[in-house]
This record gives sequence, structure tokens and C-alpha cells, in this order.
Amino acid sequence: MKPLPSDSTIEMKDAIGTVKSTAKSLSGGFAVAEAMRQTNPDVVACYPITPSTLVVEKFSELVANGEVDTEFVAVESEHSALSACLAATAAGVRSQTASSSQGLAYMWEVLYAVSGLRLPVVLHCANRALSAPINIHGDHTDTMGARDSGWIQLYAENPQEAYDNALAAVRIAEHPDVLLPVLGSQDGYTVTHSVERVDVLPDKEVKKFVGQYTPKSALLDIENPVTFGPLVSPKHAFELKLQGIEAMSRAEDVIDSIGEEFAFLTGRPLDSVELYRMEDAELVMVVIGSVAGTARVAIDRLRSDGTKAGLLKIRSYRPFPSTRICEVLGGKKAVAVLDRALSPGAPYSPLYTDICAALYSHGVILPLASFVHGIGGRDTYPKQIIEAFQRIEEKLKVGESMNQTEYLGIT
Amino acid sequence: MMRQHTVNDIKKCSMVEQNGLAEIRWHGRGGQGVVTAGEIMAEAALDEGRYFQAFPEFGAERTGAPVRAYTRISDEPIDLHCPVSEPSVVVVLDPTLLPSIDVYHGLSNGGVVIINSPKSPSEIAPQQRLKNHLVATVDATSIAMNTLKRNIPNTAMLGGLLSVTPIVGKDTCLNVIVRRLSMRFPQHIVEANKTAFEQAFSSVQL
Repeated sequence: MKPLPSDSTIEMKDAIGTVKSTAKSLSGGFAVAEAMRQTNPDVVACYPITPSTLVVEKFSELVANGEVDTEFVAVESEHSALSACLAATAAGVRSQTASSSQGLAYMWEVLYAVSGLRLPVVLHCANRALSAPINIHGDHTDTMGARDSGWIQLYAENPQEAYDNALAAVRIAEHPDVLLPVLGSQDGYTVTHSVERVDVLPDKEVKKFVGQYTPKSALLDIENPVTFGPLVSPKHAFELKLQGIEAMSRAEDVIDSIGEEFAFLTGRPLDSVELYRMEDAELVMVVIGSVAGTARVAIDRLRSDGTKAGLLKIRSYRPFPSTRICEVLGGKKAVAVLDRALSPGAPYSPLYTDICAALYSHGVILPLASFVHGIGGRDTYPKQIIEAFQRIEEKLKVGESMNQTEYLGIT
Repeated sequence: MMRQHTVNDIKKCSMVEQNGLAEIRWHGRGGQGVVTAGEIMAEAALDEGRYFQAFPEFGAERTGAPVRAYTRISDEPIDLHCPVSEPSVVVVLDPTLLPSIDVYHGLSNGGVVIINSPKSPSEIAPQQRLKNHLVATVDATSIAMNTLKRNIPNTAMLGGLLSVTPIVGKDTCLNVIVRRLSMRFPQHIVEANKTAFEQAFSSVQL
């Protein structure tokens, strides 16, 4: 291969995109910081926690170097970090934060306050297990726990998607039909610390794409005084919460339309779900996060051995694209759901439960197997995914029930 | 015994890239620049218009603790997000790891091993087990001590590695080293690293 000029970046024209991107070598954490640099939020408040630290350390460096004019608030806790973002966005500016695991857990009560106040804050999460046992590695227990907090949740498979989601998140959150906070997450270490090729849009294109934040109402808009966060009696509280439900439901279309707009620029689709070899697939695996790529490799190997396997990757977990999921899963022989979180005492882990509810409510009844992988940062290899497919194939053959959750990679 | 490698040796290690994919596993200790070495390779791959992935295995790092890192370089986008379990290249930055860690584990047939050692490959590596592999050594620690005055053998190991198997171009890699180090270090340290790379490149034992 012909070596290109020895510059840190190379120019490349994307096959479908209309805009020339620059390929850079970035970790998932730095990719998000790069998106934040280009977005140039008004306020960023953070309390660093591994593995989201890369985002925070890189961004604070950008602030110190004057490459952004963000007001960076180094707070004393995650609770304060999200409180500062809440206040900033209520005051009328664009704010962002980053966290992981215990940090996200410590933000808990503020998560609900931000979504309830309909503030379009963006939170960059690096997925990490919750203690105990103390563990700094990736799983989805932290964000799955926040699934009912009224935040939109987008999951990235690799640094490129982490970058893409970080930009799309701003638009989705601030869309007048939505006005909800967005949590964009990526698997701790597997994505946050993996240096990969990331195609970065030109600064001016990002500036155009994210646009200016014009709040619907703001505390600092003294011409139009408003109240944020008053006590709401039972007479109105229910309806207010339902407005959040409706906004979440409208977000489904908004995510897809912003995804299309993004794809026009970059050539990279940003749909709420991503399909791989699904058309003629008989056995399907549903996944979320970085395991998707590993699953595609496994599916290629299964295909070459004659098994018609396919993949459904969930990018938008909240809102959960139920109708779309049922459309693509309907008629399949069996579906395996791969969770990366535990829900002790629940019938199944969160993703399985959602898929099951979506299918049943749409009248799609098919064999549905539950697998859990990657807890506490356990790596998942193509071999384990192949074995999971083989197990459901075998169970189908002998007519055995699939109602027991199986755990991959247990020694 | 020191000798320049032959065309046949290079042919022997053509298996380093299977379907246009090279998978490297790095073994070293905290402080030796293991993670940086992987990232330099990745950035060199970027300069050559290829796809790459570089990631360390994180534990409770501290100076001197065993560290493992992985680099994948490919002509196609890389989908896998799991550690390299069947490397085509193993780089050992610290020979004191050899008794305690099975650095050759999963090494694919026809793969390449390069070890930081003044000894010859036959003296240090299990010949029977590695009979289908290309094993090389380079005295990266001495080179680093002479040039950098510190035991940071990563740039020397990169020189040794690329001399045995040119996964990325020598000049591309040197350019990345200069670019990366210039951001953090004064000119004489950058030059010392270049010298370390060059010395190792021309002193590999096979």
C-alpha cells in the first residue's frame, strides 16, 4: 500500500457522505472529547471517574488551551456535576457532562430532575460495573439502572459511533418535539480506551449541524420570567409525567430523521436499530454495545458453515423502537437476546424483558432465548457467540424450552 | 550470532497477515511504553490508509507490573472487540516475563516472535514449540540505555519488529514516533528514540 503524506490525519472522501471527513486515530473517550470540542458547549461540569476520565481529562485540556470557550466547572461530586448542568441549561445554555458507574449512580436523583424539567442536557457515559465487588471494567448495569429515569439512551459500538452519537445527541435532546436529556454511552475500556480510526467531520460542518441552542424558556430570559421546578400537586403531576412519555415517543422519529441528516453528511447511517444479514436470517441475536462487531464476525463464520444467522443491534435503547424491532424479528425461527446487565430477582435481564414485551404486545410469538455476557468486563469472543447460536439451534431441533437465562464465558 | 535476515525469513513470516489482518500482542511491564508502542503502530497504519485497533488490557497498573496490549491492523474496518487470542505477532519488551507468563500462548502458525534480549533466539525461546514460527531477538534494553539513558525499550522494539516483519513501513513508523514524541519531549529525546529505532532495526538476531 502506498504510504500517504506523513501528516497526523489523512483526507478521505466517504463513499456516500457529502462532506469530506478527516481520519484520525482516537480512543472512544477522546472521540467524544473531539465531538465536544467541535460542539463547544457553553457549560461542562464534571467529576472524573474511570473509565469516563479520558473524556474529562481531554476536554479540560482543550479548555485550558483555549480551544473551546466552554465554562468548565470542576465540581466536587457527580451529584454536583449534573446539578450544575441542570442549572446551566435551565438558565438557558447548552451543557454537557460525563460519568461512569458509581458516578452515574450518584447522579441518580438529579437524573430524574433533569428529565422532569425537560432540560436537553447531554451526558457522555462510559459503561462500567457497579460495586461491589469493586470493578472498573465495562458492563451495562449502570445505565440499565437509569433506563426509567426519562433520559434518551444511545449505545455506541465503537469510537466512531461514540463520536457520531455525541453529535447527534445534541440535536435530538434540543429538538422542539423532544426536549429531553440524552445519555450516550460506550463500553468502558473496550471502546473508551480502544484507539481506532475515527472519521471526524470538519469543524464548520459540525457547527452547522449542531446549530445554536435557543431555549424555549430560560431562567435568565428576564423579559419572559418562568419558574422551574415548583411543587406540583397530584392534580397536575401525572399529566406532566405523561408529557415526558409523549416526548419520548416522539423522539423515535426525531432520532431517525436526525440519523438520516447525519448520514447525508457522513455516509454513516445512525438508525435506532442496525441490521446485519437479517433478510434471510432464521436465527437472530439481539445485542447492544461493543459486542455487536464481535457478533458480526461470529455470524459470518456461522453463515459460511450454513447457519442462517443474523444480527439486530439496538442503538437507541430509550426510546425503545418496539415496532421496528417487531417488524424485523417477526417470522424468525428463534431469537437470542444478549444482555450485558443483571437484574436480580427479575424474570430476565433488561434487554430481554423489553424485547419480550415488545414482541408479545405486537402479537409476535417466537422462541426467545436469554443470554448474559460481559459482566464486570469479562471479554466475549466470537466462539461464545457461535456456541450460543448453536445451543438455540439444538434446542429448536429437540423442542427444548429456552426459558432459562444462560451466562456466556463463565469459568 | 548476529546476521541480517534473508528474503526467505521474510517469506516465512508472510503468515503475519491473514486476510489482510495482522494481530499483535505486546508483553511488557508498566513504564516500558507498551501501550504507546501499540498506539504508534496504529497511527502508522492510519498514515498508510489502513484500519487499526490498539488497546491495553487494564488491570491495577503500576510501574513494573506485567502489562499486555493488543494491536490489530487491517485493510478492512475491524469489527472484533475482544482481546487478541491468536496473535500472528508477539512482542516481548521484557524477557524477565518469560518464566512466569506464557507469552507464546495461541500464537498462530507461521507467526513472528520478537523478544528484547541480548541472547540469540535459540538460547532464549523454546525451539521445538516455535518450529513453525520466526523467532527474533534484539537487545532493546542496551540500545535504550545507550541512547535514551533509560530502560524504555519501546521504540527500539518497534525498530526490531519492523525489520523482521514490515507490517507498516519503517519510514511511516519513524514519522509517527517523531510526531508523537515532539509534542511532549525536547528534540534530543526525539533524536535518541530515532537512533534507538534505527539501531534495533539493523541489529536483530534471527
